Amino acid sequence: MTFLVLDDLTKRFGDHVAVDGLSLAVEEGEFVALLGPSGCGKTTTLQMIAGFQHPSAGAITLAGRDLVAVPPARRGLGIVFQSYALFPHMTAAQNVAFGLEMQGIARAEREERVRQTLALVGLAAFADRFPRRMSGGQQQRVALARALVIRPRILLLDEPLSNLDAKLREEMQIELRQIQRTLGTTTLLVTHDQSEAMALADRIVVMNQGRVEQIASPDEAYERPATPFVASFLGKTNVLGAEVRSNRASIGDGSWAVSAGDGAMLATIRPEKIAFVADTAPATLSGTVRNRIFQGDHWLYQIATPAGLVTVLRQNTGEPAPAEGAPVRLTWRSEDMGLRRAEPGRIGARA
Amino acid sequence: MTAETSPGTASGERPGRAPYLLVLPALLLFVGVVLVPIAMTVLLSFHEWDPYRGIETVLVLDNWHEVWSDGYFHEMFLRTFRIAVLVTALCALLGAPEAYIVSRMRDPWRGIFVLVVLGPLLISVVARTLGWALLFGGHSGVINRALIDLGLITDPLPFMFTETGVVIALAHVLMPFMVLSVWAALQRLDPQVENAAASLGAGQFAIIRRIVLPQIIPGILSGSIIVFALAASAFATPSIIGGRRLKVASTLAYDEFLNTLDWPLGAAVATLLLVALVAIIVGCNRLVERRFAEVFR
Repeated sequence: MTFLVLDDLTKRFGDHVAVDGLSLAVEEGEFVALLGPSGCGKTTTLQMIAGFQHPSAGAITLAGRDLVAVPPARRGLGIVFQSYALFPHMTAAQNVAFGLEMQGIARAEREERVRQTLALVGLAAFADRFPRRMSGGQQQRVALARALVIRPRILLLDEPLSNLDAKLREEMQIELRQIQRTLGTTTLLVTHDQSEAMALADRIVVMNQGRVEQIASPDEAYERPATPFVASFLGKTNVLGAEVRSNRASIGDGSWAVSAGDGAMLATIRPEKIAFVADTAPATLSGTVRNRIFQGDHWLYQIATPAGLVTVLRQNTGEPAPAEGAPVRLTWRSEDMGLRRAEPGRIGARA
Repeated sequence: MTAETSPGTASGERPGRAPYLLVLPALLLFVGVVLVPIAMTVLLSFHEWDPYRGIETVLVLDNWHEVWSDGYFHEMFLRTFRIAVLVTALCALLGAPEAYIVSRMRDPWRGIFVLVVLGPLLISVVARTLGWALLFGGHSGVINRALIDLGLITDPLPFMFTETGVVIALAHVLMPFMVLSVWAALQRLDPQVENAAASLGAGQFAIIRRIVLPQIIPGILSGSIIVFALAASAFATPSIIGGRRLKVASTLAYDEFLNTLDWPLGAAVATLLLVALVAIIVGCNRLVERRFAEVFR
C-alpha cells in the first residue's frame, strides 16, 4: 500500500513558485531521491514534509492520514540536515538520546537504544565525545543515529553527504544504503548529486524549476530520459541535430535506420555508447579528435564532426587511443539513440 | 587588559626589534594614561589628610583602616554590589529574551528593533537618566502625576533617591550591552538546530530550555560581566537618581575628592572598588572558561 503521498503539492513565496504541483507516491520501505539543481524546489518539498514550511496548496498524507495539520514535533519523522544541526553542548550519546527523552522513554530503555543505534552507525566508542571534537564523517553518523533512534516513520535526508570529501562520501553512501536496507525505513533523500541519487535510491524524482521532470528507477531515468533536462542532468549526453526522411536519420555525414516520422529531430546519445570504427559504413560519423583527456580507467574525447562537437567516453582497454588531430569515424547503435522532435531554436543545445 | 608583547620565539625565526617598536606607541599611551594614574591613586591612598594642613605625603594605613573598620563604608560597598548584582540579573532576565525575540524577527523589523535596542547608547547617559527623573521625580513627575490624577495612587511612586530607582535606571542604561552580547551568541547558533529539536518531538518551551538557552549561556555570562562591571563603577546614574542620600562607591569617592577634599580617603575607596571589581570579574571569567571549555572551544 502507498505509504507517503504528495498530491499536487505547491509552495509559493510571493510571486516565485518554488514547488509547482508536485505529486509523488512512496511505498513503505522505499528509498526515493529528489534530484535537481539548486533552487529546483527539492529542499522546499522536504521542508513541507518535515513541517518547517506550510504548503500553499496540495496535500501530504502519511499512511492515510493528513500530515499538513500535524505540527513538526508530532510527525515522528527523522531528519538529517545538511549542516547536521547537532546540539553542540551535548555529547554524541546525549544528542541521540534527546528524541527519546522528548518521547518520555524511561532511562534504561533510552540508554539501551542509544547504545544500539550508535553501534549501528559505528560510533560505539564515541558516545561521550562532543560534536566539536568529531570529524565531519563522525558528526554525520551522529546526526543519522539521532534521526534513526526515534524509529521514524520516514527518514528525510537533506544533502547529507555534501559536506564530506569524495572518498568518505562514497563510503557513507554504501553504509547509508546498508543501514536503510537493514532497518527498512522509508527514506527520502534530497540531493543535487546525480551519482549519489543513482547509487542510493530505488527511484529518482528529477526536479527542475519546481516541477517534476521524471519519476523513474535510476537506470530507466539514465537510459530513457523523459525530457531533455533529465538527459542533460543525469550524466553527460550528446544532443545532435538529425534530419529524418523515410525512416533514416541523417546526422552529419552518417545515417541511421530509425522508425520515426519525417522532419527535423534532435538525437541524444550517451558518450559511452559511441565507438570508434575503421570502416566507412553508412551509420558512421566522420570527425577529428579535438581533445582527449586521460582519466585513468577511461579516456574522454571531444570529436569535431560535421554535426558539431561530440563527447565520447571509451574504456581504457590498453589498446592505442587515437591521438589529438587524428581522423576518426564514430558509430553507435540506432537503439542507443533517443530521438525527439526539434523545437525551434533548441537545435544544438547540449549540456 | 593585558599587553601582549612577547614576540614569536619559534625556532629559526628572529623577530628582531620591530615588534617592540611597533607596540611602543600603544604601550606608552597605556602606561601614561592608565597605569601611571592608577599607581598614583594607589600611592595617594596611603597619604594622610588633615582639614587644616591638607595632604601630607607620608605612608600610613589610616585611610585603609578607616575604610576597613567603619560600618559606613561597609554599607556603601554592600549597596554598590547589591545594586550591580540586581542590575545584572535584571539585564539578563530581560535582555536575553529580548535578543532572542529580536533575532527571530523578519527583516525590516529586525533592523528597526536592533536600532531601538541600541538607541540608549546614542543618547548621553545624563540625558537618559534625567528622563527617568522627569517621569518619576516626586509629585511633578509625568507618570506620577498622571497616576495620581487618575486616582490610581495617592502618593507618588517612590523612585528618586531609592535603590529600586537606581537599579531600574542602570538596567535601562546597560541593557544594550547584554542584548549585544547575547545577540553575538545567537548568531553562532545553527538555525537548523531548532528545527532538528522540533523534528525530534521537542515543543517550543523544550527547545528554548534544552537547546537554545545552554548555547547562549556563555553570551549571557560575558554580557553579565560587562554589565556588572559598568553597574558597579557607574557614576552618572547613581549620582542623579540616588543623589547624596543614596551613595554608592563611585559617588562616595567623588564626594571625598571634591566635597570633603579628603583625596587620600577617596583614593582608598576608588582603589578598593577597582581591586574588588577586578577580583570578581577575573574570578567569574575563570569559572566560565573552565565550565564551558569542553563545549565551546
